[in-house]
Amino acid sequence: MSYVIQGETGDWEVVIGLEVHAQVISEAKLFSGASTKFGAEPNDQVSFVDAGFPGMLPVINEKAVEQAVRTGLGLKAQINHRSVFARKNYFYADLPQGYQISQYELPIVGHGTIILDMPDGSTREVGIERLHLEQDAGKSMHDQHPAKTFVDLNRSGVALMEIVSKPDMRTPEEAGAYLRKLRAILRYLGTCDGNMEEGSMRCDVNVSVRRPDEGFRTRCEIKNVNSVRFVMQAIEYEAKRHVEVYESGGKIEQETRLFDPSKGETRSLRTKENAHDYRYFPDPDLLPLEFDDAFVDGIRATLPELPDEKKQRFISDYGLSPYDATVLVFDKESAAYFEQVAEGRDGKAAANWVTTNLFGALNKLGKDIGESPVSAKQLGQLIDLISDGTLSGRLAKEVFEIMIETGDDPAKIVDERGMKQVTDTGAIEKAVDEVIAANPDKVAEVQGGKEKLLGWFTGQVMKATQGKANPQAVNDVLKKKILG
Amino acid sequence: MSKLTDLTITQAREGLTKGDFTARELTQAHIDAMEAHRGLNAFITETPDRALEQADAADVAIKSGDAGAMAGVPIGMKDLFCTEGVLTTAASHILDGFTPPYESTVSANLKKAGAVTLGKTNLDEFAMGSSNETSYYGPVKNPWKKQGDDADMVPGGSSGGSAAAVAGRLAIAATGTDTGGSIRQPAAFTGIVGLKPTYGRCSRYGIVAFASSLDQAGPMTRTVRDAAIMLGAMAGFDPKDSTSANVPVPDFEAALTGDIRGKTVGIPAEYRPDGLNAEVQAVWDKGVQMLKDAGATVVDISLPHTKYALPTYYIVAPAEASSNLARYDGVRFGLRVTDGVRSLDDMYMKTRGEGFGKEVRRRVLIGTYALSAGYYDAYYLKAQKVRTLIAQDFKKAFETCDVILTPTAPSAAFPVGAEVDDPITMYLNDVFTVPTSLAGLPGLSVPVDLDKDGLPMGLQLIGRPFDEETVLQVGDVMEKAAGFTHKPASVGA
Repeated sequence: MSYVIQGETGDWEVVIGLEVHAQVISEAKLFSGASTKFGAEPNDQVSFVDAGFPGMLPVINEKAVEQAVRTGLGLKAQINHRSVFARKNYFYADLPQGYQISQYELPIVGHGTIILDMPDGSTREVGIERLHLEQDAGKSMHDQHPAKTFVDLNRSGVALMEIVSKPDMRTPEEAGAYLRKLRAILRYLGTCDGNMEEGSMRCDVNVSVRRPDEGFRTRCEIKNVNSVRFVMQAIEYEAKRHVEVYESGGKIEQETRLFDPSKGETRSLRTKENAHDYRYFPDPDLLPLEFDDAFVDGIRATLPELPDEKKQRFISDYGLSPYDATVLVFDKESAAYFEQVAEGRDGKAAANWVTTNLFGALNKLGKDIGESPVSAKQLGQLIDLISDGTLSGRLAKEVFEIMIETGDDPAKIVDERGMKQVTDTGAIEKAVDEVIAANPDKVAEVQGGKEKLLGWFTGQVMKATQGKANPQAVNDVLKKKILG
Repeated sequence: MSKLTDLTITQAREGLTKGDFTARELTQAHIDAMEAHRGLNAFITETPDRALEQADAADVAIKSGDAGAMAGVPIGMKDLFCTEGVLTTAASHILDGFTPPYESTVSANLKKAGAVTLGKTNLDEFAMGSSNETSYYGPVKNPWKKQGDDADMVPGGSSGGSAAAVAGRLAIAATGTDTGGSIRQPAAFTGIVGLKPTYGRCSRYGIVAFASSLDQAGPMTRTVRDAAIMLGAMAGFDPKDSTSANVPVPDFEAALTGDIRGKTVGIPAEYRPDGLNAEVQAVWDKGVQMLKDAGATVVDISLPHTKYALPTYYIVAPAEASSNLARYDGVRFGLRVTDGVRSLDDMYMKTRGEGFGKEVRRRVLIGTYALSAGYYDAYYLKAQKVRTLIAQDFKKAFETCDVILTPTAPSAAFPVGAEVDDPITMYLNDVFTVPTSLAGLPGLSVPVDLDKDGLPMGLQLIGRPFDEETVLQVGDVMEKAAGFTHKPASVGA
């Protein structure tokens, strides 16, 4: 896919790199025992370590380390058996220690890869530069008091993984696909819930433009964009801004910018001259983080099947199209649902029912797969009723609608509402005879060679049987009776 | 019986066990001494009521026969240790009114061992200083004075309050912390014993941090045996401090066999620079002879990177301090200056400008500079490399010796005010102690003699990592040979 900005002076290519801050799923914070549950009262989940009290020392939470390694393995990345925590120094009211403990020169995870599934079914690889562990800061609240800022330290010290991509993306769509895929992987791994609205996944976007085949130009960083859609909008806006600046003879200055979703534009936050000097240095309160192969192997042994492998398996085992497979593996729950439906049944039919009918219905209801009124077992039963001839496709769709409304088993609905397909030839013959008797002229037309009209007869018979007749049987009887 | 305030831990333990006196009596005697000698300014906060409560608890424990190693022993607690419910200042204005809701591991360990805490001892602000003159609460005075001279002398620093309290018989022992010499140099200046253990031996949890990779707590006592007893009560692995070492705590007192035959003592050539104070040299020679006489072998060793230790220390320690002290920002505890403040940055600048003293501000600036973009490689990174070389020097030296003997400080105590305006001269006080700190090794200062002015002088014994036992064993022998029984003028006969 190519995305080119056609400027007045020629074509421009967009270069995009993303830094994602993913909140680690863990009971406790990165360096303290305080809880990380979302939604507690302000300053309810703060230890003296998180509040930066004198003499308090950080102690690494092993669970957070496991989660980072797990994520690294999920990104097919290099796991560094020795990494170093460093202090990033700056002053802010919601940064109690006056520094953030992060990783700088030696991160826990090195180079990796993410495969993007583009909407047209194609794939693209994006490199992962690194993943490192760091603490989150607290939250400043400027809207609680006319003159004061309130600080909530519940988030202070919560473990984050900063996942940095290489500048490998060239279109806003790729950036969107990257975020969706990364989120899917994190959710499969159970290392981050990927909830951008609650802030458990946040994104900094690096954007520059260049002439095709040219080296990288100056980039701007857009901080803290909090939805996939906004990330794509921000890139589009920022890339156009760069082109306009260059084409009017200007220069892009390296700077940090903010995205304003209401205006759909970015604006400068601070320029390079005003950039912080974070004075990184290894945190002397913490020893280098070291672990052996056995630690990594132990985590590797518990890795679930990830989206890419699942997709391949769905394609080869169930004969699905890459597109259907991509849609189904997008989240773990949908994939599991599908597999339960497909077990012992036709995979393609199962995929169709799940991706088209079920997803369509859930979309309308605004529910996700976990809240589906129709269980995988019930959907499987419905498919069984089609294959054993109890229901026609059309009837099955009606039954499905009722299942969505009531949550009832398909067999119960069929029984109670008498929606069984009529396969009894006697009953069908009777209905066919009545339709033939009522339409002698049309019978003649068919006999005269207009066989296409048979479809019309089928429709009439189906109508007369309230759709319950087996359409195949109706066809057969019609042919026999009219054409002999 | 000698005065209760003259007792060592060993003697107090014996007297308490035998019922010669109670912990309450012993504590009251020290409270009286503490109050009588307020002129020394050794304590920032006195806690006599708590002390008596703890003494009573110790008396109960002693009677029931389950007394800890420090049961009923009245000690001073350097005001760098956070103590639950007791004002903790680090001798800084910026910690005004800070009463920690938690207890440092070392002070908790001592409490568990039955120690009675008389109060919080004075120190250089944030432990930054070598004379205890940078304290917001005023300078501490050395109980010792030059013979025939009434001028106040400094007690050394930064654990000057602890040193003065122990030397002046206000407390039987005290805790200190040592980053570049803050236990050993004041011990030498006040004629007492001071031990900086191996980095990681004592937990740093709850100690107001100066330079995390160097800070180490240790005992300040009047005898080597007392130091061994007290270190045993302070030390131990602490999961709350990631740099605390998970090694067993030996019975340090059991190491004091009195026999050092077969031990090899190294004498580093580099600690004998041109212009070394002749009296310091004389005391050092005396120490060498004492150890030889006791049957130890003395060998010459080389620690070639010694001359880089002080500049290295004055990059590493301020760099860490500049970051460690960032949390004193007026937001959550301690001092907040709001007068004429119009923004958050304004509040930071005014609070930190007024809250930190001159020496602390100087070191924060040095450290910030050393870590700044463009300077990091030339200063901090280079210093770390030199630090590794210094540690390697010691490692190599310990292939040929068991312990190293050096002077503790380049001079005896100097008059209050003599060096305040000259930071470089002041920093040189730590020239013999800093290398040990950079290498994380145990260092023990033992009083050996008086100089011609009648001021005490100490020698330093340096050991292998986690080999405090040999250091104490040799120190004990040297102490006996030196027979240092002098008392400061303030104590009287």
